[in-house]
Amino acid sequence: MMNLTIISEWLSHYIAAEVAFYAELIVIAVIYLSVFALLGLFLVWLERRVAGFFQLRLGPNRVGPMGLFQTLADALKLVSKELTGTSKADKFLYKLAPYFVIITALMAIAVLPFSGELQAFDVNIGLFFISSVSSISVIGIFLAGWASNNKYSLIGGMRTGIQMISYELSVGMVVVTMATLAGTLQLSELVALQKDGWFIFTGHVPAFIAFAIFIIAGTAESNRTPFDLVEAESELGAGYHTEYSGMNFAYYFLAEFVNMFIISAVAVVIFFGGWLSPFGITDNIPYVGVFWFLFKTMAVVFLMMWFRWTFPRLRIDQLLTLEWKYLIPINMVNIVLMALLVWLGLTF
Amino acid sequence: MSYIGDIINGSKTLLTGMSITGNYFFKNLFTRKDVITQLYPDNMNELKMFDRFKGEVIMFHDENNQHKCDACTNCEIICPNGSIEIVWERVADPETGKNKKVLLNHIYHLEMCTMCGLCIEVCPADAIGWGQDFHHVTRDRADLTKVLNKPGSSIMPGVKEKK
Amino acid sequence: MEQQTFLADKIRTQEYFLNMGPQHPATHGVMRMVLKLDGEIIRNIDPVLGYIHRSIEKMCEHDNYKQIIHLTDRLDYLSAHMNNEAVALLVEKASGIEVSDRIKVIRTMMSELTRIASHTLWWGVMGMDTGALTTFMYAFRDRELINDIMEETCGARLTMNYSVIGGVRYDLHENFVKRVKDFIVHFKKKLPEYDRLLSDNVIFRKRTEGIGYITKEEAIAFGLNGPTGRASGFACDIRKLKPYSAYDRVEFQEVMATEGDAFARYKVRILEMWESLRILEQLVDQIPEGEHRVKTKAVIKLPVGEYLQRVETARGDFGVYVISDGGSSPYRLKFRSPGFANLHGLNKMSIGYKIADLIVNFSTIDVVVPDMDR
Ligand code: SF4
Ligand code: SF4
Repeated sequence: MMNLTIISEWLSHYIAAEVAFYAELIVIAVIYLSVFALLGLFLVWLERRVAGFFQLRLGPNRVGPMGLFQTLADALKLVSKELTGTSKADKFLYKLAPYFVIITALMAIAVLPFSGELQAFDVNIGLFFISSVSSISVIGIFLAGWASNNKYSLIGGMRTGIQMISYELSVGMVVVTMATLAGTLQLSELVALQKDGWFIFTGHVPAFIAFAIFIIAGTAESNRTPFDLVEAESELGAGYHTEYSGMNFAYYFLAEFVNMFIISAVAVVIFFGGWLSPFGITDNIPYVGVFWFLFKTMAVVFLMMWFRWTFPRLRIDQLLTLEWKYLIPINMVNIVLMALLVWLGLTF
Repeated sequence: MSYIGDIINGSKTLLTGMSITGNYFFKNLFTRKDVITQLYPDNMNELKMFDRFKGEVIMFHDENNQHKCDACTNCEIICPNGSIEIVWERVADPETGKNKKVLLNHIYHLEMCTMCGLCIEVCPADAIGWGQDFHHVTRDRADLTKVLNKPGSSIMPGVKEKK
Repeated sequence: MEQQTFLADKIRTQEYFLNMGPQHPATHGVMRMVLKLDGEIIRNIDPVLGYIHRSIEKMCEHDNYKQIIHLTDRLDYLSAHMNNEAVALLVEKASGIEVSDRIKVIRTMMSELTRIASHTLWWGVMGMDTGALTTFMYAFRDRELINDIMEETCGARLTMNYSVIGGVRYDLHENFVKRVKDFIVHFKKKLPEYDRLLSDNVIFRKRTEGIGYITKEEAIAFGLNGPTGRASGFACDIRKLKPYSAYDRVEFQEVMATEGDAFARYKVRILEMWESLRILEQLVDQIPEGEHRVKTKAVIKLPVGEYLQRVETARGDFGVYVISDGGSSPYRLKFRSPGFANLHGLNKMSIGYKIADLIVNFSTIDVVVPDMDR
């Protein structure tokens, strides 16, 4: 657990203990927010750079070393932009929608175990918390599509509804599969259980199938190619955020990347041993886990970027075919398989 | 069984695609060999256009600031979009005393030119040709209207006047 | 027994209109389509042209025949060379100018290079329209080599304006043969990569196979031509039907398919690139010596009459039709553009399919808007 109570202890010398408690919360929240704003910017940079190399280009390379400050400059530009909107939009919902998306994305971050010591909120239903919180973001996208009063946005929003709700199921079932193996939903415990071997190895075949399904469903959850029907640049312009500009647009943009990070982080926690180092080489040193956690997460993020820059997009009915005719049945068989393995003790 | 076969074949094609993009990615990450990006303003000086590149129409001048245009206006007539205006006057030749056309301004509107090359082809004296400059960016349209003969230039001796 | 009522029957649904374009990423320029939609399913398409109308045909009536050529660059800018060639061939035919073998071979080679360049660009955009953004860059890498060849010899990369009446503007550059050979070697390695990256991809196959089906009869009725028509089994290659330039002396196959769906149109274009490579290979080593340009009169006048010249551009059957009153500029000139004819098929192809399929169909008929909208 993160031992930040020192803040409140220190503060309580000066102010009342209750006030100090809330001050501590605010300090932690601000730290988290700024770290994640930076992380989001970094991921955007990474995506553009990686895309560049995939496409025989260089990607951003002008602003700062290796173009690292490019996204910062873009963010500044977006902040200073005028907020536009359609005149007949439902103003209240239109303004509200981006916050649904960004806040839920940031909420899910709270439970991620960055290392043994660095976890803000270790709730005992961690996995469940993440999947339920991130499913709220569909409301934001749906609202954006509806409130923009633009037919492209509306089609995009409708597609979201279909897509996110379907693929939520797959993610949930993978979580169930892995929970069968682990016997817990608490993230810190999940990691601790992998001390002797990552779940992807101990659970072998079903764990691997579960990982494949998870990465597919996760890509769909974060609306990235080949499942970016929600935005579908060549069909819908920009889909649900067609009418958004400036900071409101940036929220969606950032949320997409933070969501990608969360999906990858969850994959790392339930399959690749979270912040544990390979063969336990650095497990005794505190805070080094952060490095391993981020490293593994970035590897999974890279995999998702690889998908994005290789595959064409699916059509909406094919998207549903994939989910309901392939992923769900396989998932169900997989759960049974995993249960059998656990029951027979065939896991490593 | 085609159900499982479909999955396996499908994933195989997806992996083939990924192997291609991945191959390029790692090659570019480590060697930058396949990168086709031109770092434009940085390589401005090394960048060389091909000799025949049609950047703009220019008038050739020799070291004495003399050109070959005798203001025959052929180019003005052939230009499909009126990009050329020739301003000339008749000046008495000091030697022969005959009146002769003298070019004052060869005005060229780059903003209207379609690079068709007819003016260059039709010029009897080969006074104009293609320039390879392509830095035509400007904030004002008027900058694109150019006078091709340099200030103070005169006609080369020996260029015959065509009918 | 009480009649069962479904919830779906009670919900009132309504068809609605959606304006796609003129500024839309998938309409390849400025074209507007008024879609009548039922949910995502297309009920009707109304293409609206006129956003890039430059009245080129009318302009041609004021220009003399030499000046007309550079305007044709601006029709289908991806087949600029073929368009130039069409006008040049027409005037040569009408005024009885004989051109040498060298000119014919040069023109044929340039046409085939342009065709490959156009098809590679199309391939990249096709990938982009289906969501695979990387194809675009790979296509541009290969197209760049052709552009270099063009730039070195013709002086421009896109609007070459290379054919003139009675020949070509410049002689081939000395590097031309070497560059073309390099390109053939390079492209033969890269074309299979195109297949492995996109053509074989299961998602791409699912997106194109069985989509936008159009039969041979319908294709003929709608006047589809070029690769779009040939994908439905309609033999319409002008290079075979009415050979011009050096096409009668090279061996190549008219690529045909019978499926008539979006993937067939895709396949035809990919195979056409192989055929173009074959033509280039046959010609590159035996470019005859001779003049690159025949002397013509300063002012060209066509005898009174009507003239037609058809060529096969990358998009299909491009026709130039001229009525001459004996003057130095045409009395009336009409361009028969392949893209415009192909656009007629779009409605038939897409009705009943989804928006995403419309984009695929639109991509597979390979529209260039300035070609349809002159
Ligand atoms: S190149 Fe063509 S358009 Fe340009 S000035 Fe010369 S004749 Fe006119
Ligand atoms: S055609 Fe040549 S010589 Fe005649 S006016 Fe033009 S530039 Fe001068």
